[in-house]
Amino acid sequence: MNWSAVGPAAVFFGAIFTNNILLTNYLGMCSFLAISREVKSSLGLGAAVVFVMGMTNALNWPIHYFILVPLKLEYLGFIVYIIVIAASVQLVEMVVERVSESLYQNLGIFLPLITVNCAVFGAVLFMFIRKYTFLGSLAFGLGGGLGWALAIVAMAGLRAKMARARVPRGLEGAGIALIIAGIMSLAFMGFSGMIPAA
Amino acid sequence: MADISAPVAGRPVVRPARPRGKAYKTFVDGIGANNPVFVQVLGICSTLAVTNVVTNTVVMCLGLIWATAMSNVSVSILRKWIPARARMIVETLIIAVWVIIVDIALRAYLPDISRTLGPYVGLIITNCIVMGRTEAFGLNNPPGLALIDGVSAGLGYSYVLLIIAVIRELAGSGSLLGVKLLGPWWTNWTIFVMPSGAFFLLAVFIWVVKGAILKEQKK
Repeated sequence: MNWSAVGPAAVFFGAIFTNNILLTNYLGMCSFLAISREVKSSLGLGAAVVFVMGMTNALNWPIHYFILVPLKLEYLGFIVYIIVIAASVQLVEMVVERVSESLYQNLGIFLPLITVNCAVFGAVLFMFIRKYTFLGSLAFGLGGGLGWALAIVAMAGLRAKMARARVPRGLEGAGIALIIAGIMSLAFMGFSGMIPAA
Repeated sequence: MADISAPVAGRPVVRPARPRGKAYKTFVDGIGANNPVFVQVLGICSTLAVTNVVTNTVVMCLGLIWATAMSNVSVSILRKWIPARARMIVETLIIAVWVIIVDIALRAYLPDISRTLGPYVGLIITNCIVMGRTEAFGLNNPPGLALIDGVSAGLGYSYVLLIIAVIRELAGSGSLLGVKLLGPWWTNWTIFVMPSGAFFLLAVFIWVVKGAILKEQKK
């Protein structure tokens, strides 16, 4: 499939619905299962992921094409991307702390977790493999983050309802969460005809 | 991977170090009682995606065992020099080095598989299990035990994924390791090839294992 020919808008919506990074690529499952117990904290984490994913994609793209490729250092890519992700998370944390105390209270504890969120790193790797343009990468980062946030918030809502349901003891916790994720993934399949190229 | 520092209610995340000389117990623990997949539900992120074909899963699991074992050993050797505050990033970089080796080796010797695996080889870096083992075990145990612990955590993880992969490929495409096993009478279960199939299978797997554990506890 020629991913680079897809326009940024299609990439954006595709990343939210048809190629949801969590429900089709299983990325970010760990924090998905651990955090998705309350809608409020899921919203916080989701917002932070959208922000960091957009930012790391926008930073890693020029670093890859203007520094690593001319110097033939592509094999160091993984290390460089991880450092960029860790640094931008740190930066976001510092900025948020200075700018808004209440936002920091809400987002603060989630920010360090994002460095090691597979979805953020996965989005960076996908954008290079699919050879997106710069705008496409930015759209993919923001859309991917939004798609992830959508999935985790929906999951938190469903799990809040599940609290009153009688789940078999062996399925409590992770088991039932995986089944919900499977059904959500099936539901998201319904979007797949919407964007022909992606 | 975020699990390590995540405030997970009721689940002890970092376990205390075991005493020296318990190599056997370390090994058995990783495969059974402390299996990373169904006891800790860690690290399904990057590998679940490649379980639709057995060949890819085998390659991916070998890469993961290598990365877990080697980074556990490296962290263990360096444990006296790693500053506590910066340990997460140091661990991540050590893991990244071992994963880059896997990636380069795959590109050189198995280019086709490397292409189908795509970004997932690189994603071993952010796999919760690798980081989890270095954090919980490598940081406070000698290198020899760390090697055993890494290999056993990797194996405990691999066999669960292999079972899932065998079911997915057999039911979803009627083949195993790319060889058509089931004849024309077999109707493929498309759901097993789709992403949701892996979610359901893993859930059932956890259900069975947890059910058995719960029964054991009742006795």
